[in-house]
Amino acid sequence: MLTMAEAVREAMSIAFDERPEVFLLGEDVGIYGGAFGVSGDMYHRYGSERVLDTPIAELGIVGAAVGAALSGMRPIVEIQFSDFTAQAMDQIANQAAKIHFMLGGALHVPMVLRTPQGSGTGAAAQHSQNLEPWFASVPGLKVVVPSNPADAKGLLLASIDDPNPVIFLEHKLLYKIPGRDPVPEGSERIPLGVAKVVREGKDLTIVATGIMVNKSYEVCEKLAAEGISVTLIDPRTISPLDMQPVYESVEKTGRLMVVQEGPAHAGFINEVIAQMAGSSSFGSLIAPIKRLAGMNIPIPYAPQLEKAAVPQIEDIEAAAREIVKNWR
Amino acid sequence: MSANPLLMGHPLASTENARHALLYMCRIRKFEEAVEDLFGRGMMHGTMHLSIGQEASPTGMCMALTIQDQITSTHRGHGHCIAKGADLTRMIAELLGKEIGYCGGRGGSMHIADVDTGNLGANGVVGGGIPIAAGAALASKMMKKGTVAVSFFGDGAMNEGAFHEAANLAAIWNLPMILFCENNKYGMSSSTEKAFAIDNLADRGKGYGIPGVNVNGNDVVEVYEAAQIAVDRAKKGEGPTLIIAETYRWKGHSRSDKNLYRTKEEIEEWRLLDPIPKFIARAIKEKKLTQEQCDGIQQEATDAIVAAVNEAVKAKAADPAGLLDAVFKKVSA
Repeated sequence: MLTMAEAVREAMSIAFDERPEVFLLGEDVGIYGGAFGVSGDMYHRYGSERVLDTPIAELGIVGAAVGAALSGMRPIVEIQFSDFTAQAMDQIANQAAKIHFMLGGALHVPMVLRTPQGSGTGAAAQHSQNLEPWFASVPGLKVVVPSNPADAKGLLLASIDDPNPVIFLEHKLLYKIPGRDPVPEGSERIPLGVAKVVREGKDLTIVATGIMVNKSYEVCEKLAAEGISVTLIDPRTISPLDMQPVYESVEKTGRLMVVQEGPAHAGFINEVIAQMAGSSSFGSLIAPIKRLAGMNIPIPYAPQLEKAAVPQIEDIEAAAREIVKNWR
Repeated sequence: MSANPLLMGHPLASTENARHALLYMCRIRKFEEAVEDLFGRGMMHGTMHLSIGQEASPTGMCMALTIQDQITSTHRGHGHCIAKGADLTRMIAELLGKEIGYCGGRGGSMHIADVDTGNLGANGVVGGGIPIAAGAALASKMMKKGTVAVSFFGDGAMNEGAFHEAANLAAIWNLPMILFCENNKYGMSSSTEKAFAIDNLADRGKGYGIPGVNVNGNDVVEVYEAAQIAVDRAKKGEGPTLIIAETYRWKGHSRSDKNLYRTKEEIEEWRLLDPIPKFIARAIKEKKLTQEQCDGIQQEATDAIVAAVNEAVKAKAADPAGLLDAVFKKVSA
């Protein structure tokens, strides 16, 4: 069973083998193997020209990737922590995202920016954020948030194929864990913009992103033993966002809970609520929509503080029970 | 207007080359004057950043480039586009928000790109194009294209982190890149005296371990000669060069500029250093062109701009219907 780090590496290796124009650049992706070991042995297998170590210069690195993408290459950029994309935001939001539109379609930017995000490692406020709403709010970026190794592989291959810039957000805590399902052999792509119904039930619909899919799954298992059946939906890509399975599920369950790790205020998951509120499925709801998200605070350091800052399995379980019990 | 053949070589190498240098400088001048006129008459909206007075720099640089060589440009980018061979009608049409404009009316003055002439685009962000040019140079090196990437930027961009990061990447990776600074003395209202603690911007080259050279940016011959050395160096795999072209913008930063930060006398001094008559005098002295030919070339440039404006004015306005579909390039099956 591959872990997510291994699955991402496998996807990159397949893309390297398929297309000579694919290359990886980033800080310490070479001989070090990446800060989280994602590129691993790729430097030895593909050489220093395709696994390109860079100085600590996020703006320059992403800019170089944009320029290379405009000129016939297909770069994969690794930014060591998603927090550091702040350093590169001009190239991400003003350049990569807008070039195709702004230049009248004359040029496009086939670039993937992979970066680890999320809390749970004791790395505190500047190394633990979930920044998906930053990227999701910029038209022109596709945003992928894989929750397991199998999806990460197929989604990354599709992201590398995509002619547009893709932000690929990998939760650090998922890197070392194998998924529930084995990673398929071969090079099958998972198209961007297709949500996955992880499990089906009749009492509650949970839409969760990234690591919250895993936490929610555990809750679903536990509740199932008590006769509460839950549909769990993983959007997988948040831009574009596939709402259809959410509507269909809510029409059956009448209850919706959304879960994300990032702060609640102006968070991505609110988009799911907004789209539901404006849809014809809204009338199927028999309960107020429940939102579980991180506190509106920077991620703190001490383990008990860090845990308190983001939804835990117990929080998801309690909220799920409450909505099912209180609204019949 | 046919695409510029480019790679002309030295502006005084032949009558043909001298004609090219003068024609392109005049096209830039007349283009900018036409833009100013169209704004004045309320026919263009948005803003404009004119490069009148700076025409020799892009013209000289681009005479050392092939059509495959790439450039990135700036908010003050009309001259770079024209010098690299862009179509004048499509440029004017873009500024007028027309469907046939380079960006279909979606980008305007600050975002014109022309794939056919290796122009990766103007840029609304100061310094935004410099790392992109480094990436284009990286692709050239990785794909063994044998091309060079030139980033045009102003003195203001040299204090952006983007300049620093891109210059360093180009230097450590030995990229076929030219960092071409048009030092027009002001980043909006901030003079180089206020914004730099060094007198000579070319000294910054030393900090990256690359050559930094100064040229008279109002002398198309001098610009070309420095550009050719830098291009040869880049194409031989010897890495990037920083060129500082000393020049001056006659007009304000943009429409809102009241010129409060500089004197009329200073502007007048620089107007006397006009690159166009300077080159005409040299070309006549070296017997590459006659006065009559020079007059004809200037008229030809004017006629080309008038024709471009007339055609662009008549063109169909950009249509909002396709906007949503334009954000992403379609994924091919």
